[in-house]
Formats: sequence, structure tokens, C-alpha cells
Amino acid sequence: MSMKRTGRTIGALALGTALALAGTAMAQEKRVLRYYADYDPIPLAAMEELIADFEAANPDIDVQLNNFDHEGYKTAIRNFLSADAPDLANWYAANRMRPFVEAGQFMDVSDVWQENNLYDALSSSVASMTIDDKQWGIPYTYYQWGIYYNRDAYKAAGVELPGPDGVSWDQFVENCKKFQAAGIDCLTTGTKALWPGAGIFDYLSLRTNGYDWHMKLTGGEIPWTDESVRKVFAEWAKIQPYITKDHAALDWQDAASLLVQGKAAHYVMGNFAVGVFKEGGMTNENLGFMVFPEITPGIPRAEEAPTDTIHIPSGAKNVEDAKKFLAFVASADAQTKLNAKIGQLPTNKYSTVGDDPFIKAGFESLSTASALAQFFDRDAPAEMAKVAMEGFQEFMVKPENLDRILDRLEKARQRIYKK
Amino acid sequence: MTRPALPASSAERVSRSWWRSNQRRLAPWLFLAPGMIMFAVYVIIPIFQSMWISFYDWDGLGEKIWIGLDNYRELLDDDAFYTSLKNNVIWLVLYLLAIPAGLMIAIFLNQNVWGMRLYKSLFFFPFVISQVVVGLMFSWFYAPDFGLFYRLIELLTGQGIAVLADERYVTYGIIAAGLWPQIAYVMILYLTGLNNVAPDQVEAARLDGARGWRMLWYVILPQLRPATFIAVVVTVIGALRSFDLVSIMTDGGPYGSSRVLSFYMYEQALSEYGYRMGYGAAIAVVLFAIMMVFISGFIWKMWRDEAER
Repeated sequence: MSMKRTGRTIGALALGTALALAGTAMAQEKRVLRYYADYDPIPLAAMEELIADFEAANPDIDVQLNNFDHEGYKTAIRNFLSADAPDLANWYAANRMRPFVEAGQFMDVSDVWQENNLYDALSSSVASMTIDDKQWGIPYTYYQWGIYYNRDAYKAAGVELPGPDGVSWDQFVENCKKFQAAGIDCLTTGTKALWPGAGIFDYLSLRTNGYDWHMKLTGGEIPWTDESVRKVFAEWAKIQPYITKDHAALDWQDAASLLVQGKAAHYVMGNFAVGVFKEGGMTNENLGFMVFPEITPGIPRAEEAPTDTIHIPSGAKNVEDAKKFLAFVASADAQTKLNAKIGQLPTNKYSTVGDDPFIKAGFESLSTASALAQFFDRDAPAEMAKVAMEGFQEFMVKPENLDRILDRLEKARQRIYKK
Repeated sequence: MTRPALPASSAERVSRSWWRSNQRRLAPWLFLAPGMIMFAVYVIIPIFQSMWISFYDWDGLGEKIWIGLDNYRELLDDDAFYTSLKNNVIWLVLYLLAIPAGLMIAIFLNQNVWGMRLYKSLFFFPFVISQVVVGLMFSWFYAPDFGLFYRLIELLTGQGIAVLADERYVTYGIIAAGLWPQIAYVMILYLTGLNNVAPDQVEAARLDGARGWRMLWYVILPQLRPATFIAVVVTVIGALRSFDLVSIMTDGGPYGSSRVLSFYMYEQALSEYGYRMGYGAAIAVVLFAIMMVFISGFIWKMWRDEAER
């Protein structure tokens, strides 16, 4: 196996030099950089533009982007990393990349971080890109989570609009009663794919017990049957009756249309949903954003900001150019341009953000936050995430099953983290 | 060129005669070989590989760790496994309804009316469209707020039911979607069977005064036995390997209550959050064991029928 790999690397190197020599002679031959990704249409267009810029700056490199279907990619990556590794691959930060890092399928790119002074420029992402004191990829975008609300629904229910600092938790629960009286779902979500429910849990957990506790929980250090966990669910129980009833049968987009139609007032979501709200006909006039209300007074405010990343697989053939590409993606200018196009936040702190009010609000919310969580299914190991998110969904349907749910999660925790 | 070619040609003669004398014995094996090799590589060997993997703790990427029967021990204490098993039993029992239903439609369609071929093909239609499309259609049918079924229930009772969000109904809702194409399939099997029903026997029975249920039970059905056998086989196996509809309509939800074994296996081993190849393989082995009970039953019956003949 190792013989084969070295053989292949030497071959690739020889081919690379040959190509470089030929390149000087003919100026036509280019070194190929194969990039596997899973972009939706808008980010795809933005990334294609970034690639064009990169190729303009490096005329001897030809980046071949192979775009997968978003969901299919998540299973495809396991095959292609070992079978036919590209030079670059998209993935996610934190625990979500751990299986690949531990299996030795992602390359350590700490040198890219050092050479380009990224520990400073990407300081907010250092923690989520680090495993075993090494960095395993480059973050290129992230986005805030928070509560998106429909101002028209507030008017219809005769509820006073939240101020610039949002509302207090008690007020939020109080408002929910008024929305219910007006026949409007106070909080909507669509948990058919499970993860939207985890957004609600994460915020309740961050606000009830704080970031450090939340990280201990997702890290498996706190029993799910602990009293502190029950405190989180006790807060959740306060709003549970006001959550859209059939959320388990809804996709997140279905729930988004409930908010658009004014049948629901609030939605705990990531900023990527703004595009869907606006496609449905909402404008900056009636779509509002606020940070999730404080629950336990005095706890430093932490936010969710899932980070999307690019990695070099260990089987990459053109490592040198791949690192060049990562350095380019990490640069302030490239991130400014890319994120302006996709309507998200650059991870490079020297980038500038767009004019969009939601981007600005997100930038404001994240840059003043005490810490950033990645999202439940990236902070917790995959298996735990799955079991827990099912538990969250069940709790929102049948809060009376809480004891059973927590026992189940605790059983899963003892099995999953013991390794 | 000038060298005598005798030894070579004698060897050739020997081999040719060996081939001649064994030709009849070898030919069938040669013809069977491509199929047998494919079957071995893609079916038999993977079965044993799965059994082997089920003794390991393996995430599909890193090191395999031998844990013996631990995966099976964990299965015994896994609520999700029992939910899946229970749903598989429900699938199995209710899916068999496709057989009487398919028979009824086949008998109904087995008449000479103008345009009958068109009607037959319309009834066969659900089997032609992909399971994915069937799943999507039924999930819209059940969808809260805009689904036809939801609206209908709302109209009748004043309170809509989101079938796919309710753990009490979800499995039945998916089975109903699965029955739709399955009935069409069984119907086709019976339609071809009905073509072969001997008209003279029907005539004779009629002269003896048999009609209605008695005619069906004592004259028609016995002649349809081969069709019934195949219908039972495909229906039982179809029920046990039900996967696509669950995956499309609910993804096993709400909170895992519509899982079946094949879906649970996929979820544990291959899905977005599943990195447990060993555990998934253990589920596959259990599913295989259940299927083996039925398959060996079928094979035994076929063998017996052959022997009787």
C-alpha cells in the first residue's frame, strides 16, 4: 500500500515537473487541481468566480471543480477519500471532521496557517479547526443563527415588536400566548430532517447553562440525566406548546413558508434561510432578526456559527497547489468577495461584510459574542448527534416522554464516548 | 519449420480427446460459470463478509477492533432495534393484503370489454413508476395543511391528522403507499395466471352448478396456485426489504418510529450520521436470518413440488 502510494507520488511529481517544463515551453499545459464540493447554486456561482480569480493569479493551475448534490456528498466523501481522493474537498469544522482526521484521511495543513499568518486573521475559527494541536483545513465562510420573525404576524396578533436588543425570555413566552390566541404559531420549525430542532436546543442550552457547559455536554462529560440538562428542557417546555404542531412531517423550507405566510411568528434558523424567506416574498420591511433571548441572567452570550471548510485529503496528488489554493481562499479579499456573493460572513477578520441588514446583524451578533458554537451535529460526535436530535424531536411532540428520552440519551452517551 | 512437430501435435490430440470425452459433463458448468461467478462475488461472498464485519467495531475508515458478539449483545438492549423489528412484522402482515387485493382486481379486469387493455395498463401503472415517485406522491397526499388526505380528515372530523408526523399512524401510512404498486404487481401475476385457467374445467364446474365463491375457491384458485406462490414470495421479500419508501417519506421518523430493519442498518452504517459498520452489519445479519426462514421455506416447497411431479 505504502509502496504503491510512494510510487504514485513519485510518478505525480515526475509528471508535475514534466508538465512544469512543458508549461514554460508551450504555456498551454496546466497543472490540474481537482476539487470536490457540494455547493448549492448561489454558493456554486460564487465559488466559480473565486476559482476564476485564483486561476487568473496562477495561470499555470487549472482547478477542476466537481460539484456533488449536497446530501449525496455526505456519503460520497467516505468513498472518494479512500478510493479516488481529489486534491481538495469540502467538509465541516469541529467534531464533524474528526472521523476523517483520526482515520488519517485529511492532511495536516498547519503550515498553511503559519505561513499566511492565519492564526491572527482567522482567529475566531482556530479552535474549531484544531484537533491534536494541528489545523486540518481552511474555513471560508460561516453564518449566524438566531431568531427570524415576521413583523406582519406581530401586527396581526397585536404584539409589540421586539426592540433592537430583542426581548427578554419571559416576554418571549408571554408573547407566545398572545400569538396562540391569534391562531399563529409562536415558533415554527420543520424537524423532518432532525437538525432544525437541534438549533433550538443549542440556544436553550447556551442560554441556560452557558457555552462551557454546552461544550462539556456535547463532549460527553455531562450525563444527560443530570439536573442541569433538565433545566434546559424545563425552559423548552415553556415554549413547547406554541411550536408548530406537525413539525415532524415538515422540511425546514415548509416551515419557512409558514413564517412567510404569517402563520408563524418566529423561526430559530441559520442566516441561509433569509434567501428562502425573500424568495417567498418577504422583504427587509417585514422580516426581522434578533438574537436568542437571555435566559439565565449574567451568562456570557454565545452564538451558533457553523463554519464551512475546505480540506486536503491525504491521498491528494497535487498538494503544493492545493495549499496555494487554501491560502488564497483564506485571504481577506477572496473571502470578502465570496461572502458578499453568498450572503454569509467571512471568517477572515480583515474582510469586509456586505450591506445586507441581516449580514450586518449577524456580524454584530457574532463579533460581540463571548464564544461560538458550531451546531449540535458538528460539536457532538455523529452518532450522539443523531440519537440526541431524535430525542429533541420527540420532546417537542411528546414532552411527557422526557424521562425516557433522557435515559436513552444517557445510555447512548455511555456507549459513544467510552472509546 | 522443418522440425518434426510430432510431440506437440500428439499433446494436442490428447487434450482434444480429453475435451471430447468430458465435453458433455463440462459444458453445463461452463455455461453456468459466468452467472455463478457473479453470484459468488456479489451475493455469497458479501454475505459472509457482512457476518465477519458484524464481529468488529469499525467506523468504515479507521482500524477494525474485534469485539466478538458485542454488537449482537447491544442489539438485544436497543429499543430502536425492537421498533424496527416490530415495524417489519407489521409490514410483513399488512403487505400480504396485496395478494387478495391484487386477485380481486385481476378477476375484475379479466373480462372482455372494449378498451380493456387500456384499463389493465392503467391499473398496472403504479408498478411502473419509481418507488421514489410513489413515496413523494403519498407524502404530499399526507402533508399537513395542503395534503389531500389531511384536508379530507379535517373536513370529516374537524381535526387534521399529519400521518407522517404521528408515531401511531406513520408505519401504516407508509405501508399504504407501498401497497399501491405491490397490488398492481400481484394483479399482473394473477392476470397472466388467469389466462391459463382451463376453460373446460370452468365450463364443467358451471354445469355442476358451481358459481360465485365456490367457483373461485374450488375451481379457479387451485389452478392459480403457481401465481399465488410467486405472489407470496415477491410480497414477503418486498415487505422485508422495504427501504426506499421509509427513506423518502419519513427518513425513519418521527423520532425513529417508522424505521424498519433495512433502514436502521443503513442509518447505522452508511447514512450522514452513521459510522458503525459493525453494528449495521449485525442488523443486516439479523435481517438475513429472518429472510432465510422464509426463503428456505419457499425453496423447500418448490423442491417438494418438483419432486412430486
